[in-house]
Amino acid sequence: MMNRRGNLKALAAAAALSVGSLCLAPHALAADTIKVGVLHSLSGTMAISETVLKDTVLMAIDEINAKGGVLGKKLEPVVVDPASNWPLFAEKTKQLLGQDKVSVIFGCWTSVSRKSVLPVVEEMNGLLFYPVQYEGEELSKNVFYTGAAPNQQAIPAVDYLMSKDGGAAKRWVLLGTDYVYPRTTNKILRAYLKSKGVADKDIDEKYTPFGHSDYQTIVADIKKFSAGGKTAVVSTINGDSNVPFYKELGNAGLKAKDVPVVAFSVGEEELRGVDTKPLVGHLAAWNYFMSIKSPANDEFIKKWSAYAKAKGIAGHKDKPLTNDPMEATYIGINMWKQAVEKAKSTDVDKVIAAMAGQTFKAPSGIVSKMDEKNHHLHKSVFIGEIKADGQFNVVWKTPGPVKAKPWSPFIEGNASKPDEPVKK
Amino acid sequence: MNLGEGTALPFFMGIWMTCFSLPAWARQLALRGVCTLALGVLSHVSALALTTEQTRALTLGDTDARVTALQKALASPDAPTAAFLQAMADDAVKVNGTQVLVVRDGQAFDPVSGEATALPDTAEDVINNNRMRGEIDAALSALQLLSPDAALRVQAAKSVLKEPDPTKLAMLEKALASETNEGVKKQMLLARAAILLNSNNADERFASAKTLADSQTPDTQLLLNQRLSQEEDKKVRAQLQTSLLTIQAALSWGEKLGALFTGISLGSILLLVALGLAITYGLMGVINMAHGELMMIGAYATYVVQGLFRQYLPGMFDAYLLVAVPASFLAAALVGAVLERLVLRHLYGRPLETLLATWGISLVLMQGVRSIFGAQNVGVENPSWMSGGVQLLANLSLPYNRLIIIGFAVFVLVGMTLLISKTRLGLFVRGVTQNRPMASALGVNTARIDTYAFSLGCGIAGLAGCALSQIGNVGPDLGQNYIVDAFMVVVLGGVGQLAGTVYAAMGLGLMNKLLEGVAGAVLAKIAVLVFIIVFIQKRPQGIFAMKGRSAEA
Repeated sequence: MMNRRGNLKALAAAAALSVGSLCLAPHALAADTIKVGVLHSLSGTMAISETVLKDTVLMAIDEINAKGGVLGKKLEPVVVDPASNWPLFAEKTKQLLGQDKVSVIFGCWTSVSRKSVLPVVEEMNGLLFYPVQYEGEELSKNVFYTGAAPNQQAIPAVDYLMSKDGGAAKRWVLLGTDYVYPRTTNKILRAYLKSKGVADKDIDEKYTPFGHSDYQTIVADIKKFSAGGKTAVVSTINGDSNVPFYKELGNAGLKAKDVPVVAFSVGEEELRGVDTKPLVGHLAAWNYFMSIKSPANDEFIKKWSAYAKAKGIAGHKDKPLTNDPMEATYIGINMWKQAVEKAKSTDVDKVIAAMAGQTFKAPSGIVSKMDEKNHHLHKSVFIGEIKADGQFNVVWKTPGPVKAKPWSPFIEGNASKPDEPVKK
Repeated sequence: MNLGEGTALPFFMGIWMTCFSLPAWARQLALRGVCTLALGVLSHVSALALTTEQTRALTLGDTDARVTALQKALASPDAPTAAFLQAMADDAVKVNGTQVLVVRDGQAFDPVSGEATALPDTAEDVINNNRMRGEIDAALSALQLLSPDAALRVQAAKSVLKEPDPTKLAMLEKALASETNEGVKKQMLLARAAILLNSNNADERFASAKTLADSQTPDTQLLLNQRLSQEEDKKVRAQLQTSLLTIQAALSWGEKLGALFTGISLGSILLLVALGLAITYGLMGVINMAHGELMMIGAYATYVVQGLFRQYLPGMFDAYLLVAVPASFLAAALVGAVLERLVLRHLYGRPLETLLATWGISLVLMQGVRSIFGAQNVGVENPSWMSGGVQLLANLSLPYNRLIIIGFAVFVLVGMTLLISKTRLGLFVRGVTQNRPMASALGVNTARIDTYAFSLGCGIAGLAGCALSQIGNVGPDLGQNYIVDAFMVVVLGGVGQLAGTVYAAMGLGLMNKLLEGVAGAVLAKIAVLVFIIVFIQKRPQGIFAMKGRSAEA
């Protein structure tokens, strides 16, 4: 009996202690760590793409901490899961900024999720790094966009397809999933193609619902359309639907050398689950490919492989892959670190000021620069052809880094908009 | 070249002897049968050896220069050139600085002398972009214009027609001069017309446009359209338009049949997806929201079987699907049986709770698969006998994987119908679902029959998953995309009616595809949904209503 009572006492004491330490811990830690929010979906439909970005942030944080942290403090990641649920993105942001008091957030993938986070970071004066290529038409003081604007991906890709090496396309199929990114991108591309003298009858714009999996009719239509002149397909099909689309292309015998398809959402990771043999020669436009040969990239891949193996990340531990949004995430967190060191503070307004003109030796082999004004990176654009092993052959790149134009001049009413965030 | 003539013997000796004067790696190629084309050319053209400069010009520099070098090399083709081009097409050429190497099976060869050399670590792959690859393929097939095999010659002429350029004219004329086979000759004349379509002489263009009306393929359509966009001569323009109209008329049948086929194909997939549900929901009345996840389990079972074959039986990889079909059935049926025993059995007659419970189970299954296999999609490769298709008309080819899936759907449908209507188990299932107390009174173990019937429905869902893995993504949320379609088909067809399910699946498939051709994918989907809503309003019991006493049960 005594013994049991003694146990109970001990338990109670332990509980009291642990409760105490739980209350105390955050305060104790808050003094010597800087909190970094990670807002990527770890479940639901977007988990397929976003999970690795969370791991990339964690890897970069480990790396920075190993080198002594920032301003003498360690970084402490706060990982939340918005579960591919757009309103939940806003709630989690509120929690990260209000409750956890993070200094910066790395997160979002889809434009919808960014749009739902945007009012929260603006109102609470937070800082968001957004690492994915998007449709532009946005510029917020509280957001840094480390992915590509349309003129850093879509337009150079079209230029390439118009060139002799790209097949000198005369007719265009603009094919996308029916949501904001493809619609806006195609609006810009249509205006751009028209400015290059392509007639309306030579442009075929097509959309499919989310999760569309039967591309027989669309591929048959493309085949028919391509009999009217050399045709290229610009695909903004959303991640998952690409597999059935490409499988159907292979079935229909549409070869890349006859009708090249350039995709803006297909990278190394998306090709992981695909039999790439029928896709050889189809194109993708990105600002980074895993196959780029540069010392910075070799190091990046080595780090990621080691990290994936050490943490046992599913898929990557056996076959590590890097892709464009991972590179953009990595650049983002390193630039933020440099800006904090320059500002000697994690205060959002000071960091924003210090971000202007930051440079970082990007894995893509260039020195990437944050624009002095418009919160976007200067990026080189690469066109890659799919190889049989799921990697890309870089067949073309822009002569130097391209400055982003978030307000595309090919959309009406954008000419008068300033190239920097408007103060509210 | 006609092998029936007296020239055959010396020709073969020529092949035999040149085969040994070739570089080692090219001989290796010869064994793979590639040499026949190179040698066919060689016996006609006096050998002009491939030079190191030529190999450099072909591999280094910008595409324009390389294409020029390729055309120059084609003017005097010899066996090493052909073999070298084949190596380029196979991505087997590497460069180290200015040294060009051919690498076969890990061993490097000098393309000119054919001697084996060491492969330096710094050697890089020669990158061929689409244009270069197209040119190399065209060059290789042009070399086959003189091949002894008539089928290869037709193939070559067709590829010239596809990418006609004046540099190939001389070779084509030579082939035409010695051609005796009428069929091949006709194809070559078409190819010649395709080249002359862009000649400077208006009469030649006119004649070509007229000839090409006989070649009723989309490729010819493309050529004529391209010419039409830049043609200025009135007479030629008129002829181009007439030829185009002729071709269009010939092709329109292919388009209509193509649309019909895609509709049937989509219908067969909907049928597969809905058949399992026709049992679990249709016969048993269980609203199974995890039906899609059972399909996913079937697809993952296929993936696992594929992995095992790749690891342990790589020689029999193409046969993996035969094992995957029963495996996916068993995997899904097993999960179904466990589900029924542990959860559903306690919820019979409470549809709302069943709905919520199975929805929860679907989330559990999805996250479970995510933790085991990762959130990423996994790759399921088609066996080689499922790739490609039969070319029925010039613009209508039916892919094998679609045809096989249609056949598979029919197979599953027939199998299920026989099982339900002819076997003892089927009799029990019908008995229990129509009148449970009566069946029980006659000594049927109704609880066990419930489990059997439910696992049968789940197993069929697994079969559907196996089929879906051949045409789309295999990922944790595979089932989510199909669950709505599955319910739509079953409800539209009439609950409890197999025939209704078949009609509804085919009807929805055809309607979806025909509308998509007119209105686009998004509007077609909306229109189909609106149609179903209206239809169900007017006829809640679906296409086929249950008749008789069981309807009131």
